[in-house]
Amino acid sequence: MNALTIKNLRKTYDNGNQALKGINLNVAAGDFYALLGPNGAGKTTAIGIVSSLVNKTSGEVEIFGHSIDTDFEAAKSCLGLVPQEINLNLWDTVGNIVKNQAGYYGIGGKVARERVEKYLRALRLWDRRDDIARSLSGGMKRRLMIARALVHEPRLLILDEPTAGVDIEIRRSMWEYLREINAAGTTIILTTHYLEEAESLCRHIGIIDGGRIIEDAKMSTVLRKLQREVLILSLAGDITEAPKLEGFKTQLRDDCELEVEKGPDRDINDLFEQLNKHGIRVVSMRNKANRLEELFMRLVDSKQAPEVAA
Amino acid sequence: MNIALNLVAVRTIIHKEMSRVLRIWIQTIVPPAITMTLYFIIFGNLIGRRIGSMGGFDYMQYIAPGLIMMSVITNSYGNVVSSFFGAKFSRHIEEMLVSPMSNATIIIGHVAGGVLRGMLVGALVTIIALFFTRLEVAHPFIMVSVVLLSSIVFSLAGFINAVFAKKFDDISIVPTFVLTPLTYLGGVFYSISMLPEFWQNVSKANPILYMVNAFRYGILGTSDISIAHAYTILLGFVVLLFSASFYLMKKGVGIRE
Repeated sequence: MNALTIKNLRKTYDNGNQALKGINLNVAAGDFYALLGPNGAGKTTAIGIVSSLVNKTSGEVEIFGHSIDTDFEAAKSCLGLVPQEINLNLWDTVGNIVKNQAGYYGIGGKVARERVEKYLRALRLWDRRDDIARSLSGGMKRRLMIARALVHEPRLLILDEPTAGVDIEIRRSMWEYLREINAAGTTIILTTHYLEEAESLCRHIGIIDGGRIIEDAKMSTVLRKLQREVLILSLAGDITEAPKLEGFKTQLRDDCELEVEKGPDRDINDLFEQLNKHGIRVVSMRNKANRLEELFMRLVDSKQAPEVAA
Repeated sequence: MNIALNLVAVRTIIHKEMSRVLRIWIQTIVPPAITMTLYFIIFGNLIGRRIGSMGGFDYMQYIAPGLIMMSVITNSYGNVVSSFFGAKFSRHIEEMLVSPMSNATIIIGHVAGGVLRGMLVGALVTIIALFFTRLEVAHPFIMVSVVLLSSIVFSLAGFINAVFAKKFDDISIVPTFVLTPLTYLGGVFYSISMLPEFWQNVSKANPILYMVNAFRYGILGTSDISIAHAYTILLGFVVLLFSASFYLMKKGVGIRE
């Protein structure tokens, strides 16, 4: 069963801006899906329509088989949203914000109180439950929005750039928590500008640009399509000139770092065999840029979707 | 519609609204108490003594129901318009919009919050009035039903104002330029029988006149207008404004892009 089904979704704003030009998307139940795209690509509009914050122009959206038009109560009950911008009542307390959200989903009394404690503890905010939201740091506000989105235990959680502006330690703890709830069965759709985040967390990826889906496939399939990869090798000893290697472009970054560009037809074993022949020992190796980032930039820059389409 | 879900949701909104009113009591409860005390001292006590009686009652007694109604109207309206626009402005209205509760629940919850604040302030002003004059309730049912319906009407009006408002100025325009003049010209301080016939007829176009007079009838047993007309107008406005609010929410005017 699909957690989310989008059919021919279009949105034209009053100013004539065509934000979505007929997108189709299927996200399977239990998936961890990355929806990527440059600013203004239509990600937030699509999420806004799915979560009923934006009126669509045409098309259909179903959440776990429930139409947002004809069965909106069931559809909305399945969905939790962590929006891109902070949308908290900054004058209300942390505990009240989460408890009120439970109430909006028909959860009251003891169950609501238990859920508030469960999710505030999970997001490490329980000690701040009586503080007003305004007094929280940026990272805490983001975690509060996640706790708020989870309090009704949705089957589908959409996070629109949840880690923007969050320091690396908290970001990693958030990743860990998202992995946990995904493993427990919650379908997650994530938009992010940190492509390392998408690569690390997600199993499927959709890339949206100019209001159209230009890629929708398994993460591993997409990464295999990467035409070119640039590796940085840290060398055991200094060298004065970049070695000439067959099938690879090389460039010396400094005395002990070599940059190697590898095409899709070459493998790493071949690279190391040639380096061995030159007597060059490699201490460590890393990608120059995140692999997904390279692919993303290529797709979005050239908009040559057919080149990489499945 | 899942009734149990919507009942919990409406209770949550009411609880949130009342918490807000009590949290900022310096802004919500104290100002009307001070303003109305000044009205009673200046208009009722100092000026009222020179006026003597009106409609068979001493002036302080005559204006008390109008002042209570004035505080109910302005506080009901003010609560909904400021709370709902505040939620729009800081975008936490999205908490409600993404949830499965119905549009009617969102409207009813906010209107109930406005009515409760109106009643709270109205009760406080009534207590203050009792320090200055004697009030005996002639028709309790009429008094309660009229004040409740009036409060609902102005809570709904505040809701519609908030839906259309785009900036904070927009939520003060109607209270300043429409609500206050209509209230002052709505027979709070005088009987329209004192006006020339032309202005009496003009006054009858003011819906607040009917609310003030019907409420005064409930307490003192005297009115410038027909009570049946007052109920017709009140119920008509409730239906009209609730329908308009529901339509605006359904269309997403001012709240959904």
